[in-house]
Amino acid sequence: MFSHPEPLMNDPLLRTEAVSKTYRTPDHHGRLVLDHIDFTLRDGEIVAILGKSGSGKSTFLRVLAGLVPPNEGLVEYRGINVTQPVRGIAMVFQSYALFPWLTVLGNVELGLEALGISGAERRRRAVSAIDLIGLDGFENAYPKELSGGMRQRVGFARALVVDPDILLLDEPFSSLDVLTAETLRGDLLDLWDDRRIPTKGMVIVSHNIEEAVEIADRILIFSSDPGRIRAQIPISLPRPRSSESAGFRQIVDQVYTLLTTEPGRDGRRGAKAEPIGIGFRLPDASVQQLSGLIENLTEAPYHGRADLPHLADEENLVMDELFPLIETLQLFGFAHVSSGDIELTALGRAYAEADMLARKQIFAEALLKHVPLAAHIRRVLDERPGHRAPAARFLRELEDHLSEEEAERVLDTVINWGRHAEIFAYDYDSEVLSLENF
Amino acid sequence: MEQRWGLPLIAWPSRLRPNLWDLVALPMVLGAIALIAWGGMAMSARYHVGEALSISLDPWRLPEYALRTVLRMVCALVASLVFSLVYAAIAAKSRQGEKILIPVLDILQSVPILGFLSITVTGFIALFPGRLLGVECAAIFAIFTSQAWNMTFSVYQSLRTVPAELIEAARMYHLSPWKRFWRLEVPHAIPSLVWNMMMSVSGGWFFVVASEAITVAGQTIMLPGIGSYIATAINQSNLAAIGYAVLIMFVVILLYDQLLFRPLLAWSRKFRADASADEDNIRPWFFVVLQRARLFDLVQAGVLELNRMIDAALAALARRRRSLVERRPRPELDRLFDIALLGLAAAAAVWIIAFIRETVDLAEIGWVFLLGLATAARVLILIAVASLIWVPIGVAIGLRPHVADRVQPVVQFLAAFPANLFFPAAVVLILRFALNPEIWLSPLMILGTQWYILFNVIVGTTALPLELQRAAQNLGVRRSLWWRRVILPAIFPAYVTGAVTAAGGSWNASIVSEVVQWGDTTLTATGIGAYIARTTAEGDSARIALGIAVLCLYVLAFNRLLWRRLYDLAAERLRLD
Repeated sequence: MFSHPEPLMNDPLLRTEAVSKTYRTPDHHGRLVLDHIDFTLRDGEIVAILGKSGSGKSTFLRVLAGLVPPNEGLVEYRGINVTQPVRGIAMVFQSYALFPWLTVLGNVELGLEALGISGAERRRRAVSAIDLIGLDGFENAYPKELSGGMRQRVGFARALVVDPDILLLDEPFSSLDVLTAETLRGDLLDLWDDRRIPTKGMVIVSHNIEEAVEIADRILIFSSDPGRIRAQIPISLPRPRSSESAGFRQIVDQVYTLLTTEPGRDGRRGAKAEPIGIGFRLPDASVQQLSGLIENLTEAPYHGRADLPHLADEENLVMDELFPLIETLQLFGFAHVSSGDIELTALGRAYAEADMLARKQIFAEALLKHVPLAAHIRRVLDERPGHRAPAARFLRELEDHLSEEEAERVLDTVINWGRHAEIFAYDYDSEVLSLENF
Repeated sequence: MEQRWGLPLIAWPSRLRPNLWDLVALPMVLGAIALIAWGGMAMSARYHVGEALSISLDPWRLPEYALRTVLRMVCALVASLVFSLVYAAIAAKSRQGEKILIPVLDILQSVPILGFLSITVTGFIALFPGRLLGVECAAIFAIFTSQAWNMTFSVYQSLRTVPAELIEAARMYHLSPWKRFWRLEVPHAIPSLVWNMMMSVSGGWFFVVASEAITVAGQTIMLPGIGSYIATAINQSNLAAIGYAVLIMFVVILLYDQLLFRPLLAWSRKFRADASADEDNIRPWFFVVLQRARLFDLVQAGVLELNRMIDAALAALARRRRSLVERRPRPELDRLFDIALLGLAAAAAVWIIAFIRETVDLAEIGWVFLLGLATAARVLILIAVASLIWVPIGVAIGLRPHVADRVQPVVQFLAAFPANLFFPAAVVLILRFALNPEIWLSPLMILGTQWYILFNVIVGTTALPLELQRAAQNLGVRRSLWWRRVILPAIFPAYVTGAVTAAGGSWNASIVSEVVQWGDTTLTATGIGAYIARTTAEGDSARIALGIAVLCLYVLAFNRLLWRRLYDLAAERLRLD
């Protein structure tokens, strides 16, 4: 449905063919992160990549950069096989990645220095990049003297000073506050639109849907576990784009729908989710936030039903905060999502109206019914004579399916839910799960 | 550019032109260079084992002796620095290297420093026949062993914890491995390296004093230095000479503190990403001289240029060799490597045991283990007593930030001051009051290391957020409840750090503090330190090996069974974040 021909776009700048990446888990199980990704970045194009955590979007960007070698497939930049960082591709990092012991000038010069450009020329180019990005006057400042926005400007100056063909951006605005991010984004787009930088293509990984719709010519939506390109949405709205226009809103709705529903069942109401396993990547949502969201959804102006982009805006939640909540509500059967709207179910409404004790009961029932991991832990504890089991036992099981870090996070999440629901207890010091006090 | 008659025109950037600060800096640098040249000549003087080097107790000779001692210290420090960078780089970058080097380092760390001296001195003398240099090297090596291990660990830790995004940035901007090491990895390691280096040097003064009088084959060689001066003064029961030595040591440590310790710490703050602005405002006077004087810019520019030339040369070399294909991990080779390693370790253990068993019977081995137990009991009791004294005092100081600011440099100074200078005074007191040496020699073990407890308790207390203090006040938490629920848990992680350092230092000090001399009188306390000291004096290598091995085992056991656990507990439970 998104297979528009793209006659306006020119030659491919960067291309991947069937790129796959597998990470080895501690017990030598392979965990597939990227699954056969074909991608082309054309001359003059900005592509945004969106996806939930675990979709491998950051890994994919690093494969494009030549920082992470793929296990299978090919990355090609102007006909060169990319196996390590190549000249012509620069990157901007989420946490700026500035060298704290170098001044602004030193940081910007570093990339040129490594290219073997001599002193005077280096200084001239660095100063002009610093001016371009609006940092004049701060040449001799150390990064720790600067605010986040100014630091990321240094990150941009460092990337632009090498005159890159392609700019790879790894959530470059996500560590900044809303206003700062908006200003910096606007400045970058101005440079791009006025052709004041020689860059011919950009790939940006983002977790902000409106940001992606604002700047990209094409949005790639990644699905999770393993990462695959689930959909591509070309955007032909003229720039500058107004986030209030109907066309803009329509695309935002479309992206929300794609990101909050499972593949293959886009938008169909009441579709039964295929059963999830013990190793399901549970969304990172706290009980406090869940009940807060349910309460707000029942009240005005939503009365049980809300447009997701609108909800995100009103509740001041970015994608990474909102989506785990939405996913959990769906998982527990408290709400369902269709065509960019969320609607509370009867169970969700019952939860909202219940008092604290009754809420716990509803939560516990939903948890045992819909989260196999919680049910599994409870079953093991029931069966064991002492009704005790070390957390490490379950962690090992999870590590068959998830990375070490994710396994720990998922176990933490389920322990928090389980403690709240009082279906099991957990002792931090001994790291033991039990049925004590019940 | 205008042509002038005279020297060939070279680019001389204005920031490198000399200024007034150079008037201070230049004499210091020239003086240091002259000193090194003089010291080098003195060190390589002719010498044959058996000659007695006479040490004069004339106080006017003391500055010269002090210089010799300081020079040894500097040599050891430079050696430690090079060693720590090379060793840690190999351990951090090669998986095979890591497997051997890190456990070896862990063991080396627990070998008593003065043990190295008795083992290595003959080798070093053989290395430079007919010269004093061999003995000098042995002394320097002993100091080196007191400094290198923790510096190496700190560099290794830093290399392993370089932020992933910084590594990616370095790769994206095509920094060569050499450049990446010097521009990213070393700078990242500097704050903790400098801190550990300064701790090492502070601890090192103790060992420099102890290692200048070296016993080889039952005969004592006295290297010219403060340590030998003190040893001679002890032999001749000259209390005034001891006083002079304490005085000059005081001056030396003061200079070290002002010229090295404080400027280096201030400089290293630049490499911390999280340093707050008001910390940056601490600028010791000598640091300011270094910053302002153009001479040092010149030196810096020279070093950077040299570094660039090496990088260019390496790059040319790398171009000639085809770039290496990424090596795949081969599990069967890894296993083979592990087996070979275990085999070697087992062979070494068998060899050591055989060597010891040749001359020593089982009963004596058992006895040495009992001696170790006696020393262990001393260490534990002393740590407990020192904690009882210094924890309340440290807390009291830490709660008053203005006092703490002033006390901390003093405590650092005290920790650096070699406690063995005061041993003769202790002997005199014990003799005067006819005290039991078994008990009253013990405090000497902790004389120099107790400051680590005090220092860390102060640091821990000042780190306690004011909000928590206010909250405790608001709840009316007072007296014993306040101690149990508020301050002791809050300072626990810092206290453990201090106690570990103090305990480690005390084990080391046992070798010199369980046997103490004054003139013809020798006081001995029963313990493994005394055993090692006695066998070293007799040159009985099998028994020295036994003593050191047993001491090592005790230190390792204590680290694993006690300190590591307390550390983990502190890290898991009682962090303030």
